[in-house]
Amino acid sequence: MNAIDAPANDELDDAPAEPETLPLDDWHRARGARMVPFAGYWMPVQYEGIIAEHLWTRSSAGLFDVSHMGQLFISGPGGEAALEAVLPIDLGTLKPYAPRYSLLLDEYGGVLDDLMVTRWNEGFYLVVNGATKWDDIAHLREHLPDEITINHLADSALLALQGPAAAVALARLANGPVPIEALTFMKGGSFTLAGVEAWISRSGYTGEDGFEISIPAEAAAAVAAALCGESEVKPIGLGARDSLRLEAGLPLYGHDLSPEINPVEAGLTFAINKRRKAEGGFLGAETVLAALAEGPARCRVGLALEGRMAAREGAAVHAGEAVIGTVTSGGFSPSLNHPVAMAYVAAAQAAPGTELTIDMRGRRLPARVVPLPFVPHRYHR
Amino acid sequence: MTTYYTKDHEWIAVAGETGTVGITDYAQSQLGDITYVDLPAAGTTIGKGDAPCVVDSVKAASDVYAPVSGTVTESNAALADAPELVNSAPETDGWLFRLTLSDPAELAGLMDKAAYDAFVAGL
Repeated sequence: MNAIDAPANDELDDAPAEPETLPLDDWHRARGARMVPFAGYWMPVQYEGIIAEHLWTRSSAGLFDVSHMGQLFISGPGGEAALEAVLPIDLGTLKPYAPRYSLLLDEYGGVLDDLMVTRWNEGFYLVVNGATKWDDIAHLREHLPDEITINHLADSALLALQGPAAAVALARLANGPVPIEALTFMKGGSFTLAGVEAWISRSGYTGEDGFEISIPAEAAAAVAAALCGESEVKPIGLGARDSLRLEAGLPLYGHDLSPEINPVEAGLTFAINKRRKAEGGFLGAETVLAALAEGPARCRVGLALEGRMAAREGAAVHAGEAVIGTVTSGGFSPSLNHPVAMAYVAAAQAAPGTELTIDMRGRRLPARVVPLPFVPHRYHR
Repeated sequence: MTTYYTKDHEWIAVAGETGTVGITDYAQSQLGDITYVDLPAAGTTIGKGDAPCVVDSVKAASDVYAPVSGTVTESNAALADAPELVNSAPETDGWLFRLTLSDPAELAGLMDKAAYDAFVAGL
């Protein structure tokens, strides 16, 4: 027996040879997690099993440790204009404490990373992907003026509490200027959580209602234990995080997004804010604005498969005999009980309802283009 | 009936010229939730070390190698609707396929249970 397509360890390409440990390492191991190297760290891939953890998150609440992600704080004179030069975001419409999705683009409009940007007092709080954070910091340092300071908040842990019971569980432990339930999707604030100062936003990567929680690393184990002390909450591994985000139609950097893909192809034009579409003036604008005007040659789509054999990343997508695309994420959907995939396909074959096939191990798996997400989002708007 | 094991975590239970092949409990625990098993058709001729069978888990697909050479006589039809049997009963009801051995001498290169258990303990 041997893995044909091992889990997403290609993120390790630029990572140190020996994975580092994160603040909750002992905590995960004590709870029976299977730890694997991911993005340069030992991370919990599963506890009791991916399907059980996935379904628990959809029906109750799951606690995810995402402390491998990069938390940055950017400040300094002219920070607003400086950030707009590297991100296609309109900071003029960014209200305080309301995270917004954005993209780090290279000069050719390729995606270097996807990230969240929040206006805090005196600066901007960014959350970037773990595998790309060092490159992101280097890219930002290169493109931001010297008087702009980039603080890597390496002493902060990041948790995500996701699922329909997340709010009721969190409300018992959090105190703040407003009740936690008063936050709506993509709003945040400072709270005291189990006695610890925490930045909490109503956001996440599962398609469910939920929260992302930044806390000091030294308090992470106590906060995680307090949250998992609530009957609705169980710890959930990275395996279910991946299957949940796939069902939610959310792209995963390094798989569904890369420097070879521009935001228009990825269907992420909402991240190019309205004023920036009109004015440009951000890194990669030339390519992105041209792609917006002309329409993309290929598009990220959802594919629903018949049968039970999953399509995997790298599999060729066919229309008749012609190869018209490639799978970038694929797996079994625990909620839908059939395999699903995301792929980039030629624009002519991207309409929902288009019947295609996927080449897997010499077979042609029938697949139909379907709208994303595969499983409806249940955000608290 | 004698059961032999491979370093790739397959088992083969042999009675006369017939062998039943599956993956070990260690293997299923490493794979996690199994969602689909791609089984060889009866009549398929396989050589030792070929990969006639693929086990899909939520995260990944894994080849199952033939411990010995032979001709497939039957695959486990129950796995079509219940692939999770490979998780819950990997060394009994979750068997994968049966074959007629073409060269029983190949069994000499495999491990017995004690040797396999020691091998896994050392991983």
